[in-house]
Amino acid sequence: MTRDANDDMKGVPVELAGVRRRLEGVRGRTYWKSLEELAGDPAIEEMLRREFPEQASLFDDPVGRRQFLTLMGASLALAGLTACTRQPEEKVVPYVKPPEDVVAGRPLFFATAVLDGGYAKGVLVESHLGRPTKIEGNPDHPASLGATDARGQASILDLYDPDRSQTLTHIGEILPWGSFLASMKSALDAQRPLQGGGIRLLTETVTSPTLAAQIKGFLADFPGAKWHQWEPAGRDASRAGAMLAFGRPVETEYRLDADVVVCLDADFVSDGPANLRSIREFTSRRKLEGGQKEMSRLYAVECTPTLAGALADHRLPLKPSEVEEFTRALAAGVGVGAEASPAFGPGSPRAAWVQALAKDLQAHAGSSVVVPGEYQTPAVHALAHAINAKLGNGGKTVLYRAPVEASPVDQLASLQELAADMDRGAVSLLVTFGGNAVFTAPADLDFAARMDKVPLRVHLGLHDDETAERCHWQVPETHPLEAWSDARAVDGTVTLLQPLIAPLYPAAKSAHEMLAAFSARPERSGYDLVREYWSTQPMGADFETAWRRALHDGFVAGLPAAPSLTPAVTPGDWGRAAARPVEAGLEIAFRPDPSVHDGRHANNGWLQELPKPLTKLTWDNAALMGPETARSLGISIERDSLGSHTDVVEIRLEGRSVKAPAWIVPGHAEGSLTLHLGYGRRRAGRVGTGVGFNAYTLRTSAAPSWAGGAEARRTGERYRLACTQDHWSMEGRPVVRSASLEEYEKDPAFAQEVGEDPPRDLTLYPPHKYDGHAWGMSIDLNSCVGCNACMAACQSENNIPVVGKDQVARGREMHWIRVDRYYSGDPAKPETLETHHQPLPCMHCENAPCEVVCPVAATVHSDEGLNDMVYNRCVGTRYCSNNCPYKVRRFNFFLYQDWDTPTFKLMRNPEVTVRSRGVMEKCTYCVQRISRARIDARNEGRPIRDGEIKTACQQACPGEAIVFGDVNDRQSRVSRLKAEPRNYALLGELNTRPRTTYLASVRNPNPEMPRG
Amino acid sequence: MAESADIAKDATPPTATPEYLVGPGHDFASVTEKISSIVLQRKTPWGWFVGFAVGFALLQGLLVAMAFLLFKGIGVWGVTIPIGWGMDIINFVWWIGIGHAGTLISAILLLLRQGWRTSINRFAEAMTLFAVACASFYPVFHTGRPWLAYWLFPYPNTMGLWPNFRSPLIWDVFAVSTYATVSAMFWFVGLIPDFATLRDRARSKPWKIAYGILAMGWRGSARHWHNYDTAYLLLAGLATPLVISVHTVVSFDFAIGIIPGWHATIFPPYFVAGAIYAGFAMVLTIAIPLRKFYGLEDFITMKHLENMAKVMLATGLIVAYGYMMEAFMAWYSANSYERFMIWNRMTGPYWKMYWALILCNVVAPNTLWIKNLRTSVPYLFVISLVVSVGMWLERFVIIVTSLHRDFLPSSWGMYSGTFFDWSAFIGTLGLFVTLLFLFVRFLPAISIFEMRTILPGAEPQEGRR
Repeated sequence: MTRDANDDMKGVPVELAGVRRRLEGVRGRTYWKSLEELAGDPAIEEMLRREFPEQASLFDDPVGRRQFLTLMGASLALAGLTACTRQPEEKVVPYVKPPEDVVAGRPLFFATAVLDGGYAKGVLVESHLGRPTKIEGNPDHPASLGATDARGQASILDLYDPDRSQTLTHIGEILPWGSFLASMKSALDAQRPLQGGGIRLLTETVTSPTLAAQIKGFLADFPGAKWHQWEPAGRDASRAGAMLAFGRPVETEYRLDADVVVCLDADFVSDGPANLRSIREFTSRRKLEGGQKEMSRLYAVECTPTLAGALADHRLPLKPSEVEEFTRALAAGVGVGAEASPAFGPGSPRAAWVQALAKDLQAHAGSSVVVPGEYQTPAVHALAHAINAKLGNGGKTVLYRAPVEASPVDQLASLQELAADMDRGAVSLLVTFGGNAVFTAPADLDFAARMDKVPLRVHLGLHDDETAERCHWQVPETHPLEAWSDARAVDGTVTLLQPLIAPLYPAAKSAHEMLAAFSARPERSGYDLVREYWSTQPMGADFETAWRRALHDGFVAGLPAAPSLTPAVTPGDWGRAAARPVEAGLEIAFRPDPSVHDGRHANNGWLQELPKPLTKLTWDNAALMGPETARSLGISIERDSLGSHTDVVEIRLEGRSVKAPAWIVPGHAEGSLTLHLGYGRRRAGRVGTGVGFNAYTLRTSAAPSWAGGAEARRTGERYRLACTQDHWSMEGRPVVRSASLEEYEKDPAFAQEVGEDPPRDLTLYPPHKYDGHAWGMSIDLNSCVGCNACMAACQSENNIPVVGKDQVARGREMHWIRVDRYYSGDPAKPETLETHHQPLPCMHCENAPCEVVCPVAATVHSDEGLNDMVYNRCVGTRYCSNNCPYKVRRFNFFLYQDWDTPTFKLMRNPEVTVRSRGVMEKCTYCVQRISRARIDARNEGRPIRDGEIKTACQQACPGEAIVFGDVNDRQSRVSRLKAEPRNYALLGELNTRPRTTYLASVRNPNPEMPRG
Repeated sequence: MAESADIAKDATPPTATPEYLVGPGHDFASVTEKISSIVLQRKTPWGWFVGFAVGFALLQGLLVAMAFLLFKGIGVWGVTIPIGWGMDIINFVWWIGIGHAGTLISAILLLLRQGWRTSINRFAEAMTLFAVACASFYPVFHTGRPWLAYWLFPYPNTMGLWPNFRSPLIWDVFAVSTYATVSAMFWFVGLIPDFATLRDRARSKPWKIAYGILAMGWRGSARHWHNYDTAYLLLAGLATPLVISVHTVVSFDFAIGIIPGWHATIFPPYFVAGAIYAGFAMVLTIAIPLRKFYGLEDFITMKHLENMAKVMLATGLIVAYGYMMEAFMAWYSANSYERFMIWNRMTGPYWKMYWALILCNVVAPNTLWIKNLRTSVPYLFVISLVVSVGMWLERFVIIVTSLHRDFLPSSWGMYSGTFFDWSAFIGTLGLFVTLLFLFVRFLPAISIFEMRTILPGAEPQEGRR
């Protein structure tokens, strides 16, 4: 008997009178154990009945312990009774000697690189027990600086794409590698007497030193063979521009941390091998933290509204053909000596704009930069070089280097030459390494038909795509995360690409292994080839150490970057004579798609569903046009519950035509259309086939970037587009708060004076207390460039499903963080237009409206301030979403997650629950990362350090706009940012007290610039 | 009981004017005979079979909708983000609203001693129960995981978890389940004396047994009547606050939310008035064909219809006041979100819905001021349908137009019901009609014993207190 029960007994008075009464009534002998029992005291009787009073009540349950065990035993036995089939025998073998550092549940990170247009962007890949699951930037890599872009994030999905080419095929027949080698050997033997004159290699841009050496070796064996390169969204204009300006190929690096930045149809945010670095440099001058009152100024002159244009303090929409004229006028303005054309000459309406810009540039000579765009003419590049030279920017904000590419050639000319050779029957063996030339080649080359004239065609590619279809041999290519390779970043830094996983499909070969097949020693593996090459290079004193170091760091440290140059600008008129005449009619700008790029990512569901910057379209490309052009074409767009319905226009250009849905983009240069390339794939896979229209069908080798003289007309057909945000304006609401630098200097706290903040005690419920951590987030709207990297990173980190076009069109996309886009100003006067981005994760409100209304307590407040979502408990009333003023909650209306495809099972983050049908989900502040940091800190007996926890969106952000941390710690970075005068709570007037707050946007307009 | 006596006198005027409550020439026997014969003797008319078949066919729509819903997921409906509730909750509130008239007529009018209620209370109560049954389908099946909807109930469980008592949805669970229980009890208790009558008059053995069981040994003794009246009155007292509470709590689902267009203190009275309004419209919709097809014009007289029309007019005016106040408060609050909300209702993508609602719920009932229209049976029938449509539109406007454009313009969306939304709605209409037809066939649609109390010669003091 326990002490408490004894105590209880002491409290019971023995009622002797009662004892006597009972004894009187009893016949015969009765036994009694105590006086109390005898007295019939109910308390004592109860106590006697319950031998162990404290635990006994547990056994009073109708389903008793024994019954429970019986039932459980029975159900377990029944659960074991599966069908009467024999389970396949599998051997489970424990590690005899476990691999170093592999601890189940703890990820490892390996340094490698993802390729963008052939150039390396350094990454660290998270690996869970040998499965790569997530890509992060490599902070030490010069082209990443720790950030990634959306395409880099999504490349993990390309690895696990179930539609990848999986087997080596010869005209549809699966054959072993040996057969391929035999076939190639006989073809090479036949070519040997001709010195390989009939052999053509077609690659994309090559920066890989090993591959370049292999190709050179091959060309040495077969001097008659030719190597062609083709990148549909390549850098031909840069190369030609450098040739024009300097007379030699030069790699130019623009430093965007200059005081004044001018973008000439150049989108430094989305395009190019240096975009991550450029964003970091640019935003470093826009932060305005700690009383900083100076920031850079950005001018953008462009046709298609781009992310760079959206950031600009002044943006001038010009048709593509006018940009060169503008550049000449600007050059004249800064005194380069070029002659201004009448369109921008004195007296013209735009002259004041040019003059103000020229004046600003001259005032910042040596600390300004003029960036020409990749889709402009070589003359624009040459003029930009001349302007930069004149302003003394060379060596300061503009750095010149020897080319990083293995062979800088005019790729369009290279492809034209190949097409011509094929046409005249000079090619007997064509080997294409990656790329999809049949789909991407300019329409006038008629590449597919000409390729058919080649007797033996080989394609190495990730997918059995349009080019593979026309080749005899399709060799499945390894994904960069599966194979050894190397590549150079834009500044020449070499990264060794190491595999994270053995090839998912054993037949897959890397480009190195493929090329080895054409050498004397075809059996060498990718590892042998890369290592063999580097063992001959001056990597350091001890090759083995240097090699390991390079693999660990993600770049070869001992190697000098590409040598710097100080080229002189050749005087001249820089292609004035070659300037294309401006044609009547509409102009068409061809641009790689912001998501699927040149079409290579068409089968990537994450990228297809990623709302494109500014247009917020998913799963389609469209003919983009300004409001005025749309009006003249009679375009109408209406939104209903099934999506956005728009007119289909037929666009004719030089006898070719394509039908495309029209989409209106404020700020688009009137009289021109933008067509994004990469859509309309016929053989992309189950995700990308038949999505969108193919703009390549209008793109010719004469006008690969833009073309004049096009016609468009409304066909009368309607088309449904899936747009995640079709509303342009903020409706006068203080959603994104912004001011000019001048206003900010006068009143730094301008953003806090907009809404009224209700008193903190205005709630019925007791406040939450935080003794330990209290997490919070700060998002700097001045540093957000709208690039979507956060969305892709979140999708990858948190196992967010892809729902498809129809569901997105109905408003059921699942992204936990979205990037909202708002315009202010008058769309009819594009100069007045301002574009703002606003990343919106869950706000983790202190007074969360969602928590109160959930009937089953499935969304609750954690003791560290997180608004937790308990998926198991959620029954799916959707009340929380209705009551969320930010509408960040996402609901599994169907079973969106693919539970069956085996490769996707490998891809998922094991630390994050895979949600099922019928439950709500939303941003968790990456709670799994918080837990990991907490465990680490506890193991090491220390507090969690500030900055130790980075949410996935924060880690990917190239602009470092997102900062996460402990707001209980006054010294943490996030606390200091929240103390900034620019800090404001979105919809704070609702008394939600969001933990995610924003730093208001500040623009730096030039007071001398004419507006509107 | 002077009032009742007055009514009884009033009920038997020498000439047939629209003012009487019972047609001329009826006595105890004829009333009993007429009402019980519908159940017991008369041949089931072919019209009944047609009506039942139609209702039963429509009911299959519910089967289809539920099957697809359970198999595929809630996504087969039109709900989306930001419009997380659509026709599911619109229909739920609509049905619950309709379910108000029954208990109101039975309980409140009983307490207020409105003798005219006697001929309509029985089927109004039945209608209430059936409407609540239709309504209760939605809260369960609109969840993402209906098989776990029982988690909304506070039951002891191994998770050691209570539901979240701060959530209005939990209040809803209590309000609706209590209302359904009390309404069912009230209805059943009211039926006991009539079950006994049917037991006594039934000719076939099985029916005698069936009605006998339901009559619970009723013999009509004075002691029975005494206990019965006490119980009935107590239940009426219990049911009365529920009439107010249930729709008040339903309105909290919205009023507690922070969405402009939901977050309004006027919601409870405005919802209750709207519910009574909708309920009376539905009673009229049922009463008019019922009295026609079963020849019950003597029992459900013009006076009944007119009184119901007057209640509709009164509650319609309250509802109109509610609309007016919503718009006024939006302007007067100077809150830009509220102002936008009301402006968006009137001129936004769903403007047609709003103005149709005003037409149905504000303009149409005001024609009932005119006595000629108020006493025209076909006109009343049309108006009752118009009001039902109007009340459906009201819930659509409140739920959809508030949600589809809330605070952040970036997350605005559009809503429309899908095939499965409509088939579920039509299915519940089918369920309603089916139950109603079964009720009319197997139970006395008009309270026999209560009708007897308003006959001349009845002694109200003895019979009904």
